[in-house]
Amino acid sequence: MSESEISVDNGVNVQALLDARVALADAPEAAQFQWRASCEWKNGTHSHSIVEGYFGLGEQHMHKSVFKFDADHPEVFASEDKGATPVEYVLVGLASCLTAGIAAVAQNRDIQLRSVIATLEGGMDIQGILGMDSDIRNGFDGIKVSYKIDADASQKDIEALVAQSQKRSAVYDIVTNPTNVTVEVN
Amino acid sequence: MPSGASPVRTTTTVIIGGGQAGLAMSWCLTKRAIDHVVLERGEVAHTWRTERWDSLRLLTPNWQSRLPGYGYDGDDPDGYRSMPETIEFIDGYARAISAPMETHTNVTSVQRDDGGYMVTTDSGKWRCRTVVLASGACNIARVPALDEAVPAGIARISPIDYRSPDQLDRGGVLVVGASATGTQLADEIQRSGRAVTISVGEHIRAPRLYRGRDLEWWMDAAGVLDERYDEVEDIQRARKLPSLQLAGTTDRATLDLNSLAAIGVKLIGRLAGVHDGKAQFSGSLSNQCALSDLKMGRLLDSIDEWASANGLDGEVEAPHRLAPTKVEESPPLGMDLGNGEIKTIVWATGYRPDHSWLDVPVFDRKGQIRHDGGIVSEAPGMYLLGIQFLRRRKSALIDGCGDDARDLSAHLAAYLDGAA
Repeated sequence: MSESEISVDNGVNVQALLDARVALADAPEAAQFQWRASCEWKNGTHSHSIVEGYFGLGEQHMHKSVFKFDADHPEVFASEDKGATPVEYVLVGLASCLTAGIAAVAQNRDIQLRSVIATLEGGMDIQGILGMDSDIRNGFDGIKVSYKIDADASQKDIEALVAQSQKRSAVYDIVTNPTNVTVEVN
Repeated sequence: MPSGASPVRTTTTVIIGGGQAGLAMSWCLTKRAIDHVVLERGEVAHTWRTERWDSLRLLTPNWQSRLPGYGYDGDDPDGYRSMPETIEFIDGYARAISAPMETHTNVTSVQRDDGGYMVTTDSGKWRCRTVVLASGACNIARVPALDEAVPAGIARISPIDYRSPDQLDRGGVLVVGASATGTQLADEIQRSGRAVTISVGEHIRAPRLYRGRDLEWWMDAAGVLDERYDEVEDIQRARKLPSLQLAGTTDRATLDLNSLAAIGVKLIGRLAGVHDGKAQFSGSLSNQCALSDLKMGRLLDSIDEWASANGLDGEVEAPHRLAPTKVEESPPLGMDLGNGEIKTIVWATGYRPDHSWLDVPVFDRKGQIRHDGGIVSEAPGMYLLGIQFLRRRKSALIDGCGDDARDLSAHLAAYLDGAA
């Protein structure tokens, strides 16, 4: 054990993650997780979503509390702006996933973080969602993430942290790669 | 075809595969006076003869082919062997060590048999106490499942069947994979006048020459290639690392994504799907390139540190760094495979060994043989040789199988003694 392993603390239990890798190698079926959300329409473009339970390690789990999310559209869309827009939730998901990854990778590499701040910008031409031009996609035409990181590490090591976090990020993968989506009506 | 009438022959060790690894083991067993036979499905160096493209040269320089009891003695130590030269070199090794070889003998099954193994071939059976699997790491091209979704009308080819650009339609070519094979084929096909797009996932960039010396020289001298399987942090990961983007050319040029872009090859993200006749590419290209540039930077940093610590700074050229990989701002995320631009897809997506004839339950859930540095512990007397990072980083190189064969032949001899 090196001294730095004792002194670096980003609040991530890396040992537990490494232990999980060993345990799951022998029981890959336990690695099958299912994440869930439910959403109820309120009025207009306003909806209310909750996140409560998930499945993993062979059993059902509950979060420590029910997490609630209001989504709406802003007033320039003639909506009431009762929550962030759904695409802003995508940015939140990406930012929080990459940031969690940075903390975990930093812990594993014995890098003490002091501050990590991300700002995200998703560009969009709304002619797509308005159905005005079929050549324009509905979604983002690109996402820019910019990190400001203060840490006990060289610029190169910080760049490597951020690169590795992208490599291991679920939301980064979801956003950069196609995913089959099945929507059914019951 | 085998018949019940053919007699079962007996030997102490059967070595399956007459390439550099099997021959190195043969030499080690001969030195130990262990009776053995080398079974080779074709001629010596069969894979090099029949499953590699015409222009391929070894990625390691001539001097870096130190086999037990054999090595390079020509006048171009820094050159890279062509395929005919590689075949001649390995053939020369087989002759020099008088390997007890049975050529044109295809192994169809290996089974446990009374404390040893029964090796069945298309020309008879061998009973043996110990068996060495040295049939190669790159027998089968890995082709992704989405090959099946590629529209009819687009030819698909793997590097095992590829020989030269003349085989391909004159139209555009999508090379999937940007490790050593993918970058070399993209370079050759683009230069043949066909428009190449290369799909880039995880890859490892490396300069051919660094500070005036071959990168392999640095990695050999600094001990990187001797790093042992039980010393690296994550051996499973190390065994899966993509090959370095290297090429063996007469001008000793660096082959990387920048050099490909300079001759007009288009870079595109990792192929992520084929849907309704359209190819979908990951938006991760810039990060894949950033990861690779950072990794290369760390390798060159460690070489510089080693050079300084060993007093080489006065002897070799000054440290230098390569320009970052240039990626366009928004590389395309899709490609219509039906518009006629792409006529051929080359799957440069890796290789895997073929152990389909091994009827002993030693495979993990991914179909790979479980082993501890080549010792197949679940099948006493069985050894694996000549695959990526078997015992050392260099294990899959011609230069690497000798040390592994020495180690494993010592274990094999001790096993025979203990079991006797």
